[in-house]
Amino acid sequence: MDTIALEGGFTDTPRTASHAFRAVMTAMAHPGRIVEITGAAPPAPLSVAAGTVILTLCDPETPVHLAGACNAAEVRDWIAFHSGAPMAEPGRAMFALGAWDAHDLTAYPVGTSEYPDRSVTVIVEMPDLRSDGARLTGPGIKDTAFLSLPDLDVFRDNAARFPLGLDFLFTCGSRLAALPRTTRVE
Amino acid sequence: MTEQSYNFAYLDEQTKRMIRRAILKGLAIPGYQVPFASREMPTPYGWGTGGVQVSAATLTPDDTFKVIDQGADDTTNAVSIRRFFERTAGVAVTTKTSEATVIQTRHRIPEEPLTEGQILVYQVPIPEPLRFLEPRETETRKMHALEEYGLMHVKLYEDIARHGHIATSYAYPVKVEERYVMDPSPIPKFDNPKLEMAAIQLFGAGREQRIYAIPPYTGIVSLDFEDHPFEPTKADHPCGLCGAADSYLDEVITDDAGGRMFVCSDTDYCESRRAQGHRGKDAA
Repeated sequence: MDTIALEGGFTDTPRTASHAFRAVMTAMAHPGRIVEITGAAPPAPLSVAAGTVILTLCDPETPVHLAGACNAAEVRDWIAFHSGAPMAEPGRAMFALGAWDAHDLTAYPVGTSEYPDRSVTVIVEMPDLRSDGARLTGPGIKDTAFLSLPDLDVFRDNAARFPLGLDFLFTCGSRLAALPRTTRVE
Repeated sequence: MTEQSYNFAYLDEQTKRMIRRAILKGLAIPGYQVPFASREMPTPYGWGTGGVQVSAATLTPDDTFKVIDQGADDTTNAVSIRRFFERTAGVAVTTKTSEATVIQTRHRIPEEPLTEGQILVYQVPIPEPLRFLEPRETETRKMHALEEYGLMHVKLYEDIARHGHIATSYAYPVKVEERYVMDPSPIPKFDNPKLEMAAIQLFGAGREQRIYAIPPYTGIVSLDFEDHPFEPTKADHPCGLCGAADSYLDEVITDDAGGRMFVCSDTDYCESRRAQGHRGKDAA
């Protein structure tokens, strides 16, 4: 086994994870807001933010789907060693990780009407993350927020399905923004 | 000093991850009750174990923690939960609403408006607003799925038929973002308008194993009727100690001859006002 997989985990898990979770929660509670999140040093092509999210939220109870270039042996080994999360097909995943084009969003569970929480959290690796572009409104947003989303229709359709739907985390370097299913996009 | 024999904030990391995932789904589906695997805590169910578990998963070492029980910082439940996290998480604690970053509460929302960046954690006894109307979980779950809330309006209507007004005075049901009917925990209905706030609100029910959440600036409507609009009510007196006319009051019996006084239930609010020189009629 390559030693890359053994490195880059949290050095002080309880404290690092608590700060990382606060960052994710702040992002999820304020859709469109870009926050800093650090702690993990994952192998390429994973960003620091995506790696930190995985180590903060995933464990043997959460099947993870790796899409596209993220589905590399180093990444699988790293996630397996540090989080113990099993790899899964899109239809059985709780978390999905990959670049925008790599995700097959139609394959991910969106929850059921009785259990809308049983839906995938999609982590999208972005080449760029800026507070401009799509206009966002909805819960967590005081007036309006802006975020450089990779698409509009997809998120509009996703919001229209509420309370079902996918929740998105966008990662770029050590930065992260969220777009839950409640956010209206235009 | 953090007790070295415990993990940071008492709970193990896997439990915290499970709670954290539930909190995130709760924020993504405001008002929906996310099931979670509630743990045995060192306090019995009914003593705020839901709130304690949510706080444990939320606190960072940099937080300043405040706990209130019915508005007061100095009651048994508040003191022991505050000490619990002082010992197991080593966090700073305060009684000042404005200085706290995480506030755990039982049955009140502080009078002082909360700001962005603050987190309010509620202890919830019965998270299901429809539970006393329909005891079966399978049925209430279906009612939420179908947005079938007629029964709740019947209950409020029966109040009017019997008492001439909506007599529900606490745990007053609200509708979140025009979708889920939610129990705001047994806060007085006086506090309902404050549910639309800038802070993040997290609700934890330990015995019932549910977590739910309200992101900041989320639309919250207290259920009512056009001809019987929702009214946030309080005792019709000013505070006896600080004279505040805008705060929620506790009635305190002072002797066995009918003597009584009304005082702010929010002790921090009352103390800050008295520190500013405000005096009520019963102040010594």
